[in-house]
Amino acid sequence: MKKISLNKLDEFFAAIAASQTLYLPVEDGRKGAKFDAWKEGAVYSTAANTSRSAKDFFFPQVEDMASFKVDGKEIEVYDTRKESEDFVVFGVRACDAKSFDILDSVYLADPVDSYYETRRQHGLIMTMACNKPTETCFCSAFGIDAANPAGDISCWMTDSELLLEANTEKGEALLNALSMLEDADASAADDTKAAIQSILDKLPLKGLSTESFGGDKLMELFHSDKWNALSESCLGCGTCTFVCPTCQCYDIRDYDTGHGVMRYRCWDSCMYSDFTLCAHGNTRTTQMQRFRQRFMHKLVYYPGNNNGVFGCVGCGRCMRSCPISMNIVKVMKTLEG
Amino acid sequence: MREETLIPKVGVVTDIRQDTPDVKTFRVVGLDGKKVFEHIPGQCAMLSVPGVGEGMFSITSSPTNTEFMEFSIKKCGCLTSWLHMMEVGQQITIRGPYGNGFPVESALKGKDLLFIAGGIGLAPLRSVINYVRDKKENYGSVHIIYGSRSADDLVDYKEIIDEWCTDAGVKVDLTIDRPQEGWDGHVGFIPSFVEELKPDLSRTVLICGPPIMIKFTLDGLKKLGFQESQVYTTMELRMKCAIGKCGRCNIGNKYVCKDGPVFRFDQLAELPDEY
Repeated sequence: MKKISLNKLDEFFAAIAASQTLYLPVEDGRKGAKFDAWKEGAVYSTAANTSRSAKDFFFPQVEDMASFKVDGKEIEVYDTRKESEDFVVFGVRACDAKSFDILDSVYLADPVDSYYETRRQHGLIMTMACNKPTETCFCSAFGIDAANPAGDISCWMTDSELLLEANTEKGEALLNALSMLEDADASAADDTKAAIQSILDKLPLKGLSTESFGGDKLMELFHSDKWNALSESCLGCGTCTFVCPTCQCYDIRDYDTGHGVMRYRCWDSCMYSDFTLCAHGNTRTTQMQRFRQRFMHKLVYYPGNNNGVFGCVGCGRCMRSCPISMNIVKVMKTLEG
Repeated sequence: MREETLIPKVGVVTDIRQDTPDVKTFRVVGLDGKKVFEHIPGQCAMLSVPGVGEGMFSITSSPTNTEFMEFSIKKCGCLTSWLHMMEVGQQITIRGPYGNGFPVESALKGKDLLFIAGGIGLAPLRSVINYVRDKKENYGSVHIIYGSRSADDLVDYKEIIDEWCTDAGVKVDLTIDRPQEGWDGHVGFIPSFVEELKPDLSRTVLICGPPIMIKFTLDGLKKLGFQESQVYTTMELRMKCAIGKCGRCNIGNKYVCKDGPVFRFDQLAELPDEY
């Protein structure tokens, strides 16, 4: 384990940012936090989590895929992909770090999504243990330990020091290259971990159970009569899908650039009515069906295809951002009750 | 960087056939004049007109056709309307093949086959029918039941009459929804026609058509004594990526684009009925 005094945090960030772009949570001016590229004077935000998840770094909201030149009857196709440059994301929480595993199972499965892959290969994740998990946190329900986050490097913040431990070769290499780091005792983070654990034990959603969910409950849960009441007030705004670190659906669209056509992809939402609209009609015509699809995918379909791993990491963003206060916890509690 | 399946190749439309008032069949080859890729009957390809859109279409030609691929496309939206306005020589983009296809080299081998198609639903089955006709020694007899709204809406009518109806091992029964001048064949909907014809129960069935036709035909087949496990269908859902990632064609734990589009009805029975 390595350590550095919190007084030297700026020096530490500057050293990382000297060779690659460093992203870290900063205040967003709206009482929340957002990831931003570090620059001189940037202040690391210790907010419980960023308003938007960290999935943007690997699966951005909008990205170009290919471009076309159309001339009469002729078409030329251009590969617009760019090799990603190395970058570091500092301060990723344990929940968001787990969300990358969930996205990996989709995007890195054959045939590999090369847009996503190149960012994964070039991105280094430095996670930060959650000193102040909040009442909307329930990552432990999905087996995530907020006191011991994953990532290439795990970090803990004590009152005076930042403690760092490498989990991968890539992480090890970065820590070795940072000469200002000092060696720390292997148990240096123990008190911090214990303090976090005592908060986790008292969180209101601590007892949330996943036992009623999983791939083997497919038909039983799909046909539950509780979906109607649960979805009744859903506005279909899709906010939950956009703030969700594991939502992975996308649309592919073209636009006329004036001198050609750019094909891009952008996040899409199964909560929208035209998501499944096709020539022969729409397979999900009601908001209940769309609402059910979102939660069935996270709690049943995804685990069914991925050895029981749920498609939720308990970050609580959907609880905080839903305009009608609906969220996955209410869904889970209602369905199992 | 590795090759990216989402980036399409250029294809050239070398022939356009007006099959029905709203269905055209397009012949497509690569820029080198050869087939863009090989496929299994029942597999699909993503065709696009840059700036207009991209869509999944079944490959209607048989893989035994070594020269080109064909797509029978019904005009029903933005992209398909554009495709219908094309002239020979027009380039489009193409990527694929996608999906599982029909099990022509496994479960269907050696079997007597019954094809039931409604309207444009013939397109994916035509690939199998011509594959089976070209490899007769591997399959039993073929019975085709095909129906459309009117005689003018029967896709591939010339091929059906000139080639399928004259093929010794193939029995063809046609029907149209309503009586029409000049039509002396059967009149009536496909589900009831199938029940009247009482096809041989030992046949493996491949069915494709509008969802409502499939539903009632399957009910009829079950009444006749067919098992769900001997009936295959191929599905159509909205798709964007075609490789099981974008989430649109997800039904239960399946993605129609990669786990389908071909399913047996006993497999579909284990999925939510969102299709």
